[in-house]
Amino acid sequence: MSLLRRTTRATASFPDVAQLEGPLLEVRDLRTAFCTPRGAVRAVDGVTLSLERGRTLGIVGESGSGKTMLARSIMGLLPSTGVECSGSVRFAGTELRSLPPAALRQVWGTQIAMVFQDPMTALNPVVRVGRQLTEALRLRLGLDRRAAYDTAVSLLASVGIPAPELRMRAYPHELSGGMRQRVMIAIALACGPRLLLADEPTTGLDVTVQAQILDLLDQQRQERSMAMILVTHDLGVVAAHTDAIAVMYAGRIVERAPTAELFAHTRMPYTEALLRSIPRMSDPPGVRLRTIPGRPPDLLSPPPGCRFAPRCPYAQDRCHREEPPLRTAGPDHEFRCWYPVGSDEAAAALARNVAAGMPAAVAFAAPAHGSGRPVVSAPPAAGPPQADGPAPVRVPDPDDRRRAR
Amino acid sequence: MHAGPAGSAAPSHGATSPYVPPPGAVDLPAVLAVEPHTLPPDAPARRRLGPVFWTCAAWVALMVALAAAAPLLHLPKPNFQNYSAINSGPSLHHLLGTDELGRDLLSRIVWGSRVSLVIGFGAIAIGMTLGGTAGMVAGYLGRWVDSTLNAGSFVILAFPPLLAIMVVEAFWRPVATWKLIVMFGVAATPQLFRVVRATTLSFATREFVLAARALGASPARVIRRELLPNVAPAAVSFALIGVAIAIVLEGSLAFLGLSVSLPTASLGNVINEAAQQTNLQANPLAAVWPSLYIFLLLVALNLMADRLQARFEVREVKL
Repeated sequence: MSLLRRTTRATASFPDVAQLEGPLLEVRDLRTAFCTPRGAVRAVDGVTLSLERGRTLGIVGESGSGKTMLARSIMGLLPSTGVECSGSVRFAGTELRSLPPAALRQVWGTQIAMVFQDPMTALNPVVRVGRQLTEALRLRLGLDRRAAYDTAVSLLASVGIPAPELRMRAYPHELSGGMRQRVMIAIALACGPRLLLADEPTTGLDVTVQAQILDLLDQQRQERSMAMILVTHDLGVVAAHTDAIAVMYAGRIVERAPTAELFAHTRMPYTEALLRSIPRMSDPPGVRLRTIPGRPPDLLSPPPGCRFAPRCPYAQDRCHREEPPLRTAGPDHEFRCWYPVGSDEAAAALARNVAAGMPAAVAFAAPAHGSGRPVVSAPPAAGPPQADGPAPVRVPDPDDRRRAR
Repeated sequence: MHAGPAGSAAPSHGATSPYVPPPGAVDLPAVLAVEPHTLPPDAPARRRLGPVFWTCAAWVALMVALAAAAPLLHLPKPNFQNYSAINSGPSLHHLLGTDELGRDLLSRIVWGSRVSLVIGFGAIAIGMTLGGTAGMVAGYLGRWVDSTLNAGSFVILAFPPLLAIMVVEAFWRPVATWKLIVMFGVAATPQLFRVVRATTLSFATREFVLAARALGASPARVIRRELLPNVAPAAVSFALIGVAIAIVLEGSLAFLGLSVSLPTASLGNVINEAAQQTNLQANPLAAVWPSLYIFLLLVALNLMADRLQARFEVREVKL
């Protein structure tokens, strides 16, 4: 709490969150493109979203869908060369895109902070953890050495690091991955930001640690009444920790809805495909994962119509020609699709595609397991022991065990 | 409006007790509370600098101390000529013997090493300040800053240093130690620039730099606080070799009679005078001693640089 109060004093130019009217963050038509010799790669292509204070937004998408670039574009943390960025990012009523670098640095840390994906590389390997923490406190909040040290210790304690005073003197390599991610979070929280961008904060971590880190983020968010954007490729991760979810595909938001609504009334086939690709505990052993066939489009020259059309089981001629606009389905639920999931047209479209033998549709319509669906013909070491027939003798390969997991 | 809560928040930091576990935190057994930084007794050798480094460091320190304390030592004046002992071998009076003018060799070497060491370390200090700073700035900022500085370094590199120094000397008379330091320093700058720039480049795009920027660190701060600790080990070990090179370069210049003017002793001057054909025949030892001095100093500096590099080469290992 005390941290938050300090912050408001340190950056008086920003209105107090409590007095703020309207959303904390408003992103309008944000576009980020990389200039490459082959042309402009449009990593973020016209994203519009808003976030109320104290809320959590999940941004979900495959690798390469532009979600990390979206987070960095919101922050303004882009490479200085070869990047074109346009659109509007209003934070607490201030247009961030028009701020000069020095003013933007005042926003970073104290107003918006970021937790990075890989705790192995995001900490300076040759600087003690304590200094990396107190650095920000002394620089941004103007604390003296003693106060910064005390604050850092209590921060480490609050992110669940045992014996924080000892860890203050540790180098990053002396900490485990989970510990490092906790330190990263502590550093990001140090200056009491109002918005935390968590860029795949759990990707580098063990599943058990993942849950801890997400709970920690959630708890800190509530204690500090901080808004959060959680970037991830894992719908399971965002399901329990977000108020709303934006699904990104090829640089665009293709569906956006409150979390419960998104899971209950999925409209966009891409979201449906993502949901289906989550393995279920109830699946019988050996079932092939329901992957999404194909891969995200080349962002140099995205397809003219719906960007998901080439991989979509519902795709019709129209999808390949015309890009669907953002349509609304109920309050706060937006999606881009001509044949939204659950509608009669979609069912008819799927039936047509199956009848026409379109591979994506056939694979989609096939039952998850049983005769129609091929069962994994995995090597014996990778699958569970097969009941019928003796397992063939194999030379044990140390890599196999890792692969099996 | 804000003053109240901010003011009341301040004392809570001062009063923070050493470590209050958060509610629900597991109380770790005392086993885990031991100092985590002491190396286990069987720590791999590469984690330590080792006896080689410390022997060499002691040798260099001794030489530097001798040079620094030269006026206090009970030595004959370096230019005092003892006509009763010309080209004499080692004796109690002259521990390393005398040269063709009857000057005490030990004294000349000690006094000469003052000049050589000052030139060696001074030149690298200048080179490091200029080249190191420019290298980090260029490596981190990139773009036109990098292109400009890079081009500048190529311009200096294009001149063979010895030749360039000789030319500059011809226009910048009389030769003085500080002028030599400046010239050697400028000559060393592009080399150090390139090493520091390359090392900086390898760290500049790392995520921890991005993380520091995301916290609002200015470029100057990123360079000083994030990059410098990473770049320093490589830079220091390269600088040590640079010191050795500068000392040899001074020797080469002296050999051409272009170092500090005679009769002032520098290691190069001492070797140069002793290596004149007639002198070399009469008293070969007079050339051996200063050469041996340079040789041992160079070996020590090189070994130190090697060990430093091995010890501080940080590689992130992902298990």
